[in-house]
Amino acid sequence: MSKYTEEELQKELETKEYEYGFYTDIESDTFPIGLNEDIVRAISKKKNEPQWMTDWRLEAFRVWSEMEEPEWANVHYTKPDFQAISYYSAPKQADPNKTMDDVDPELLEMYRKLGISIDEQKKLQGVAIDIVVDSVSVATTFKKTLAEKGIIFCPISEAIQEHPELVKKYMGTIVPTKDNFYAALNSAVFTDGSFCYIPKGVRCPMELSTYFRINQAGTGQFERTLLIADEGSYVSYLEGCTAPSRDENQLHAAVVELIAMDDAEIKYSTVQNWYPGNAEGKGGVFNFVTKRGLCEKGAKISWTQVETGSAVTWKYPSCILKGDYSIGEFYSIAVTNNHQQADTGTKMIHLGKNTRSTIISKGISAGKSQNSYRGLVQIASKAENARNFSQCDSLLMGNQCGAHTFPYIEVKNKSAQIEHEATTSKIGEDQIFYCNQRGIDTEKAIALIVNGFSKDVLNKLPMEFAVEAQKLLEISLEGSVG
Amino acid sequence: MELKDKLLSSFMVFEDRVNDESKNLHGIRNEAIKTFQEKGFPSKKDEDWKYTSLNALLKHDYSISPQQETAIEFKEVKKYFIHDIDTYKIVFIDGKYSSFLSETTHDGIDVCLMSAALSMPKYKIIIDSYYNKAAKADHSLTSLNTAFASEGAYIHIPKNKVVEKPIQIIHFSTGNETSLMLQPRNLIVVDENSHVQIIERHQSLTSNVVLTNSVTEIFANKRAIIDYYKIQNDNQDASLIDNTYISQKQSSHASVHTFSFGGKLVRNNLQFFQKGEHIDSTMKGITIIGDKQHVDHNTLVHHIEPNCESHQDYKGIFADRSTGVFNGKVVVEKEAQKTNAFQANNNILVDDKATINTKPQLEIFADDVKCSHGCTIGQLDKDALFYMRSRGIPKKEAKALLTYAFANNVLESVKINALKSRINKLIAQKLGVNLGFDL
Repeated sequence: MSKYTEEELQKELETKEYEYGFYTDIESDTFPIGLNEDIVRAISKKKNEPQWMTDWRLEAFRVWSEMEEPEWANVHYTKPDFQAISYYSAPKQADPNKTMDDVDPELLEMYRKLGISIDEQKKLQGVAIDIVVDSVSVATTFKKTLAEKGIIFCPISEAIQEHPELVKKYMGTIVPTKDNFYAALNSAVFTDGSFCYIPKGVRCPMELSTYFRINQAGTGQFERTLLIADEGSYVSYLEGCTAPSRDENQLHAAVVELIAMDDAEIKYSTVQNWYPGNAEGKGGVFNFVTKRGLCEKGAKISWTQVETGSAVTWKYPSCILKGDYSIGEFYSIAVTNNHQQADTGTKMIHLGKNTRSTIISKGISAGKSQNSYRGLVQIASKAENARNFSQCDSLLMGNQCGAHTFPYIEVKNKSAQIEHEATTSKIGEDQIFYCNQRGIDTEKAIALIVNGFSKDVLNKLPMEFAVEAQKLLEISLEGSVG
Repeated sequence: MELKDKLLSSFMVFEDRVNDESKNLHGIRNEAIKTFQEKGFPSKKDEDWKYTSLNALLKHDYSISPQQETAIEFKEVKKYFIHDIDTYKIVFIDGKYSSFLSETTHDGIDVCLMSAALSMPKYKIIIDSYYNKAAKADHSLTSLNTAFASEGAYIHIPKNKVVEKPIQIIHFSTGNETSLMLQPRNLIVVDENSHVQIIERHQSLTSNVVLTNSVTEIFANKRAIIDYYKIQNDNQDASLIDNTYISQKQSSHASVHTFSFGGKLVRNNLQFFQKGEHIDSTMKGITIIGDKQHVDHNTLVHHIEPNCESHQDYKGIFADRSTGVFNGKVVVEKEAQKTNAFQANNNILVDDKATINTKPQLEIFADDVKCSHGCTIGQLDKDALFYMRSRGIPKKEAKALLTYAFANNVLESVKINALKSRINKLIAQKLGVNLGFDL
């Protein structure tokens, strides 16, 4: 029987290297560093954007210049120098009209390393993917199959060209440019991202997926996702991210906007595995993301996230439950290790009657990391019979790390029913003893317990993604997930 | 003139007046007024004051140090005392000590006045080692109190004493001034193995505006037991900011029960610091308010050493346009292994215009701990109401019964029977029913 103890697991956790830390040598077209109106114009020009888009960006840039970086989050880091980042970096051969064969073989190799061979995905899993490297979309698969159903799934730069009416109508309605510092920055300089439109009553036949990767040094990634599910439609959307190991901090500031019209349903799953920095906390990605969804009548938005990477995470996928009978869900696993810091959670804004929301958040902290849950549940005075259930559990490994919860609950309607509970614990000696007693060795016992701890969330991931999420949890908690 | 400026300018006058009596505190007072000058009154921009605004209170032109003494007859105010049991009493009228209504002692224990303790040499050792030692020096309202502190209750229980009679601390305001600001300061030191029960109450006798900014420091030495009860049932022109700091040593037990039924705005800052092992800290509260009342409970338990426990249980019932705030914070330092921290906050909103904002917060740096918090917001169970009504209990009474049941957890742990039945009566009065029995 192996003598695998929690200490060993902890040690392994601390020493475990980042598996996706390779850097692929592909020629990139990168802008000089710095940010000013000219750069914003240049990005817009590079993307061959119409005038309204350029104006929109410039407006955002002006707003951003006057904003101050927020400091309220429970994270500590050296603020990025926004003038030392290149705001545009594209793999040179990227061409929106290419076929699979045109893709740089080195890129393909990169994806193979990432475990997402495009061919393989295409054939075996039936997942349509849009891959974004250094903020530029390099490959979108299954476009034709989707087009038959009337589904638009393409890079947002393409959508700006081909479906300007949709983009113009919806972009910035959920996350306005003025929303916050990073949203404004993103609005000014975003270079690509995914756009998706599901027409009325269509059930998207396959999972849609975006894969993000920061490759080039000294660049920031700013992508923007806009997802519109028209009345009665359904879509499940997956998002994954990685970055090479680098000593300096890279910045990732994304904006995701979801719109679920009447009776539509959006399931948005993220596996975030940006480079977390080395064991001493050097390098790593700053992940400052604004994600928000709007639910019309009877609509449902479900956020599922597995957060294992990034040096600093600052992310609150939110639901605005505007329509009556709408539903918001948030399932999250956040694993922090070494010097990682995560301040993540959700906002559920109940505006409509009979709206429901569920929040399940699991935080696992190891090493010297800090893991915070910060959530808001707000019941407006007109939101009759709103219902919320929140549960935030934290698991601590060692006494160098910290777990924090900051739940805000604001209720203005008497018929609301709110339950919130949070617990903090470690893997109990008695739990392991119980397993040992029944012939389960310690390694398996820890695996069982951690798996059980995060099961509620893992269960919510789509099949295709669950495999990858498991793999990522293994990276962070190898030997503990059975 | 803004209240802040007024306070700052009257500090000089105040300092001149009290300096003869308590020279040794000159430094503490000046330090404190500087902090207040820097920080000013807290605003909604401060995270701790996000849901409570003092703006409306600060508009009044408060009289800061009333000179006039007023006498009141015992029979007029009898109902505000727990009079059916024998107690020590320390009574203040408009911030001035009333020897007529009080019943103090120096027989083995010291139950007397802060002003005496601050000026008389025989208390110097205690004052030097405890006064202003638990209060947070960087907290603006506490600093404001420290700067102006001259009167309040001083209680010192030496080693191995069980104080037989509860001690009542009552502050009356008579309304001779149209608006009055009071800043009482209490110090309670309980030495090893001693036990004391204290009941505190603020009561305004007229409808003139009163703002009380009170600071209480409590020190529980090894194995001491302290039960502290706060009754907040003032009229709706009186507001209270209560800052209570409790510093506990090894194996001590301290509990604070807060019953908030009255007042225009009540803010309770309650902070426990556990400086030893095997400490037990309990804080419980029942809040039943209506109209436009606002009650804010802000609690902090700081677990510094291992093997300690803390229990929090706050119940709130909010009617009309009232607002309730609960902000409970538990901090567990990394040395504080085997901590057991429990926090619950349950709320019922009775009317559509009532609001509750709650933020139960955990900050945990140790791994071998059991910390949990639970928070609910809901209504009285419709099925239970129907059950009782179908058995002939009128709606109002049925509701009251359920409310009692809801609050009972907290009431049960009140150790003074006379106080328990008094609070029962207050709840019944607040709910407008007579159940004809005590729970």
